[in-house]
Amino acid sequence: MSTLTNKAHTPDSAAKPPRQPRTKPERPIWDEEPGAAAKAGKIVVLAVVVLAVLGPLYTIVLTSISSQATITQAGGLVLVPGEISFAAYQQILSGGVVTRAVLVSVGVTATGTALSMVVSILCAYGLSRPGSFAHTPILFTLLITMFFSAGIIPAYLLVSGLGLINTYWALILPSCISVFNIIILRGFFMGIDRGILDSARIDGASEWRTLTQIVLPMSKAVTAVIALFYGVGYWNAFFNAILYINDSSMNPLQVVLRSYVLQGVSVPGQVDVGTGAAAGPALQMAVIVLAMIPILIVYPFVQKHFTKGVMIGAVKG
Amino acid sequence: MSTGTERTAAPRQEVAAAQDSGHSAGSTTAAGGLGAPGQGGGSGGGGATAGSTALPLRPKANLKLRFNRDRSLVFMALPAVILLAIFAYLPMLGNVVAFQDYSPYVGIPASPWVGLDNFARVLADPDFWLAVKNTLVITAFQLVFFFPIPIALAMLLNSLVNPRLRAAIQAVVYLPHFFSWVLVVSVFQQIFGGAGLLNQSLRANGWQAVDIMTNPDTFLFLLTSQAIWKDAGWGIIVFLAALSAIDPAQYEAAAVDGAGRWKRMWHVTLPGLRSVIVLLLILRLGDSLTVGFEQMILQRDAVGAEASEVLDTFVYYTGVQNGDWSYAAAAGLIKGLVSLALILTANKVAHIFGESGVYSK
Repeated sequence: MSTLTNKAHTPDSAAKPPRQPRTKPERPIWDEEPGAAAKAGKIVVLAVVVLAVLGPLYTIVLTSISSQATITQAGGLVLVPGEISFAAYQQILSGGVVTRAVLVSVGVTATGTALSMVVSILCAYGLSRPGSFAHTPILFTLLITMFFSAGIIPAYLLVSGLGLINTYWALILPSCISVFNIIILRGFFMGIDRGILDSARIDGASEWRTLTQIVLPMSKAVTAVIALFYGVGYWNAFFNAILYINDSSMNPLQVVLRSYVLQGVSVPGQVDVGTGAAAGPALQMAVIVLAMIPILIVYPFVQKHFTKGVMIGAVKG
Repeated sequence: MSTGTERTAAPRQEVAAAQDSGHSAGSTTAAGGLGAPGQGGGSGGGGATAGSTALPLRPKANLKLRFNRDRSLVFMALPAVILLAIFAYLPMLGNVVAFQDYSPYVGIPASPWVGLDNFARVLADPDFWLAVKNTLVITAFQLVFFFPIPIALAMLLNSLVNPRLRAAIQAVVYLPHFFSWVLVVSVFQQIFGGAGLLNQSLRANGWQAVDIMTNPDTFLFLLTSQAIWKDAGWGIIVFLAALSAIDPAQYEAAAVDGAGRWKRMWHVTLPGLRSVIVLLLILRLGDSLTVGFEQMILQRDAVGAEASEVLDTFVYYTGVQNGDWSYAAAAGLIKGLVSLALILTANKVAHIFGESGVYSK
């Protein structure tokens, strides 16, 4: 079982009880079996919760891959699979606004995540040894920004003063590091057995080498989680784009999604409905699905690593 | 800085279970063996560090020696510090425009100083107070109707005996947290909008369509439902962690003493969650003035400014959209300072009640 365990790091924070194994294979003997009504209640509540999450996603994905006839027959969103057609995807991905927006989003997300990860891992490792030179001042420099943020106006004035308006850097640099993520990484690095690091040093490894060859290979799970956090942040960023990007040809996917689904701009190709092209609803759903796909692909691989330790260590920073 | 404070920090190096998917054969696991004494309830006695591998105390060295030793560590932290200096600290200084009559054409150095005029204008502006009122109403509403949901859900999940079922449900409920607000609002639009699934089927059955997405009167409920759909599932992660840290022996002892299911929940489970609940409440209170900024921008056209104006949108629309920079910066600065005061106060109150809060001293 992979765990990202992480104890509270403030010296005088309350004592944390030891972790219990998360899986209880059997009901303990002192715990009475719940009554039939209680069991049924639980099942109903959980089923409703799961359905509330998955239901909308199901119908949206299904509608996006349904043919015009099926959609018309269903009178809107499709609940029962009918004729399957990928016309909507062919249409929106055949060049034009959506294709370009996807490329922008992919580029910004890839570049941004790589940059964020390098900077954050270095910083977290640099701060992982209390007592090192300037450790406390640097840590405070980071933490203060969690309590007071400057606000929208000065941030905008800065980005425009740096000449970053209408550049992709405006979508990356202002949100490049999250102190929260650095604290999670740092907490994990601090939990690594000192003996291992010391023996590396005795063998003559520099800090850089210790980080890349010992610490990082031991921290795959936590780096995967943090990379997901950063990646999702960049992929989902919407406000930065409407704030800093005025050139509509540079819009990322989220902005395009908003204009098609929420602002009623017609999706290119929608006017061709009469000629047998994909229907309007299918096109809108296809754009929604495009915005979801990267998350749906990456999420299953990373979610098993979200163990509670990550979050607890983080909030306790 | 004095080495004294740093020295006291050394024993915090508790070695926790730090293995990664079983690849790292060398890493030692100390999961169960840590800090057995001194746990129990939320009382938070000491003793967790007992038995942990403490960092060997570093020799007291002069600054230069220490710098030479830790040079690479400092350089590693540097890029992040530089980015923060530019994109977090520089804008803090940029707040001086709140005391100016700033014009983008002449820049900050040449803009005239006006003292506190902008603040006086902001505080006399009914639109500002409307934004304050909306913000606080939304925060209060969500505190009552959103905040308890993850707690309840976590307790429900925790009561499931089958670990695989539990993991599967967790995987599903965490998912919407990773969708953007644009996506969440779009999904709601497709289900509840005028041409959405719900209204289609209502009409098909001869009923009246309901106006959910554009009705300012019910906007509060809509906002909260969206927030619940997106984040309530993710919220349980912290509570599950706290629940798993409760010693089963406490339940056992309570059961032996004749406490039933509900009594155990009241006397064991809830006290075990108390410090996490307090912590999250503090964070939420500190964030009282920040509510659903992107949600508001996305739905402003649909429900109108009257219902959807909050402090952040007020700053954005007056400043960036209308070009009244100094005025908006003043409003933003008021918000930032009040938020800071709120979080410090909430933390203070938590200390008074014996909780550790966000930071401890």
